[in-house]
Amino acid sequence: MFQVRLHGRGGQGVVTAAEMLSIAGFSEGKHAQAFPSFGSERTGAPVVSFCRLDDKEIRRREPILEPDCLIIQDPTLFHALDVFQGLKPDGYVLINSTKDWHELGITDRIAHLPQAHVVGINASALARKHVGRPVPNAALLGGFAAITGEIHLDAVEKAIATKFDGSIAEGNIAAARAAHAAALGMELSDA
Amino acid sequence: MLKQLEGSHAVAEAVALCRPEVICAYPISPQTHIVEHCGELVREGKMGNCEYMNVESEFAALSACIGSSACGARTYTATASQGLLFMAEAVYNASGLGLPIVMTVANRAIGAPINIWNDHTDSMAMRDAGWLQLFAETNQEALDLHIQAFRIAEQMSQPVMVCMDGFILTHAYERVSMPTQEQVDQFLPPYTPQQVLDPANPYSIGAMVGPEAFTEVRYLAHEKQLQALDVIPGIAAEFKAIFGRDSGGLIREYETEGADTIVVTLGSVAGTVKDTVDEMRADGKKIGVVTVGSFRPFPSAALREAVKHANEVVVLEKSFAIGFGGVVANNIMMSLQGTGIHVHTVVAGLGGRPITMPSLHRLFDTALKGELEDMHFLNLQWDIVNAELQRQREQIASGPTAESILRNIQTDTARGTPTPAAE
Repeated sequence: MFQVRLHGRGGQGVVTAAEMLSIAGFSEGKHAQAFPSFGSERTGAPVVSFCRLDDKEIRRREPILEPDCLIIQDPTLFHALDVFQGLKPDGYVLINSTKDWHELGITDRIAHLPQAHVVGINASALARKHVGRPVPNAALLGGFAAITGEIHLDAVEKAIATKFDGSIAEGNIAAARAAHAAALGMELSDA
Repeated sequence: MLKQLEGSHAVAEAVALCRPEVICAYPISPQTHIVEHCGELVREGKMGNCEYMNVESEFAALSACIGSSACGARTYTATASQGLLFMAEAVYNASGLGLPIVMTVANRAIGAPINIWNDHTDSMAMRDAGWLQLFAETNQEALDLHIQAFRIAEQMSQPVMVCMDGFILTHAYERVSMPTQEQVDQFLPPYTPQQVLDPANPYSIGAMVGPEAFTEVRYLAHEKQLQALDVIPGIAAEFKAIFGRDSGGLIREYETEGADTIVVTLGSVAGTVKDTVDEMRADGKKIGVVTVGSFRPFPSAALREAVKHANEVVVLEKSFAIGFGGVVANNIMMSLQGTGIHVHTVVAGLGGRPITMPSLHRLFDTALKGELEDMHFLNLQWDIVNAELQRQREQIASGPTAESILRNIQTDTARGTPTPAAE
């Protein structure tokens, strides 16, 4: 089982991201379970969502305590709460920021992780460019496909097209492709 | 057809396949996505001639359902929490009149303190109202139970509540197999009412009944529920023949063979319990699970049979009778009278507190060691409780309890002290 925990703020599409990830997993024949953290949603408040991917039926329904991957949609959350809680020792971290880890204040928290497993992408900028709004969720899923290999980019594209219509879908797909490429590039340059 | 859907949408699509003629509901979290999607399907013309009635409250919603069902229309509604309590008088009326309404309850806690999250307090508050109550473990089962519920309700001429965990199921995206219209039509014939208000053949429904006959009417309602103990497994078997999967029924057993300790639970937590049991079985620990699918009628005989070789039963429930103990456990103790099987009550997951595998491991290990108390509150923060009791002893005008506890919890969080709930 591969478990993903997504952190962001109300309005960034954190819950939709987990749902799209589950749709992408499903389209590749996996079992997938996505669910929100059930807060009273308010714009700007910290939001958590979860997605599990597996080759067999997923029965457990506890929140994800030991994620294989974290997707951080808003890097200001590093100051607000312990987003790294429970992350597996060989886990992945995908951050919506291209600032260096020192500037983000997370150097100590990621020091033990494989270097190529921690990747930053300016997904908000990619979304602003391709969608017209800085909503980073779909773009980050492109990055997720690139760094983890758990799903393929075309499954992400299909999931985006399931959730959105017309130009919004096209823009988000373009942002996801750009983020996918950026994540691969960064992984190569850091390696 | 396999689909990756939100639980609420899966239920709405299943309801549409049942060809309801009237849907009348009032939105409340976490039921909202179900009735919104029903509304969309009606507006898009995907529910035939179904009429979607907008009303001003839950009381009005179920009252309108009573009217439409009495006129012979296949009728559906959904609610949760305070919404179910607000319709309480009509809940009793619907069953007392013998009207086969199907209602989803997206299980949620009841205030005060106000809380939108999941537990079973709402359904349990209506457990004695005469409705059949079926609990879903997964979204697939929630979907399937709605199709079965119309069959059961119409065959028994009794209303059926399908209970599914709010947020945990209603807001979860997972894989479901959506039946075809042909399959559902084969399973669920058009509704032929046992009684109907018809101007061409006028009679009244809803007589006043005095002491001379009230007990008999009530007993007959009980008799119907006892008959449902045979009807429910029969319909689950027919369902399997057409749809090819096990769904519904009275109870389900998992790893009960040779189990010394059997956990009895209901609803979506059963999945987390089963995963925990798998890990414990791998360590050679003799533990199994029974999931209660039908809470009303209560399957006493089936339960007795399922746990007869166990030494002890641990009832894990998301409900709590304040001033007494477990609600589900109480039913199980009565069912196991005279068997000598020890029953423990574990109250867990109230107001949405996560029930995690690490806590379940600790709980079940304590039970296997023979150290579990009779009445246990999973992950109760005793330090918080004791501090509040102490404060109330010291101050007569101690102020509101909930606000005071929240202040203490926030202080703890600021200190970085991990709470059991956040493990």
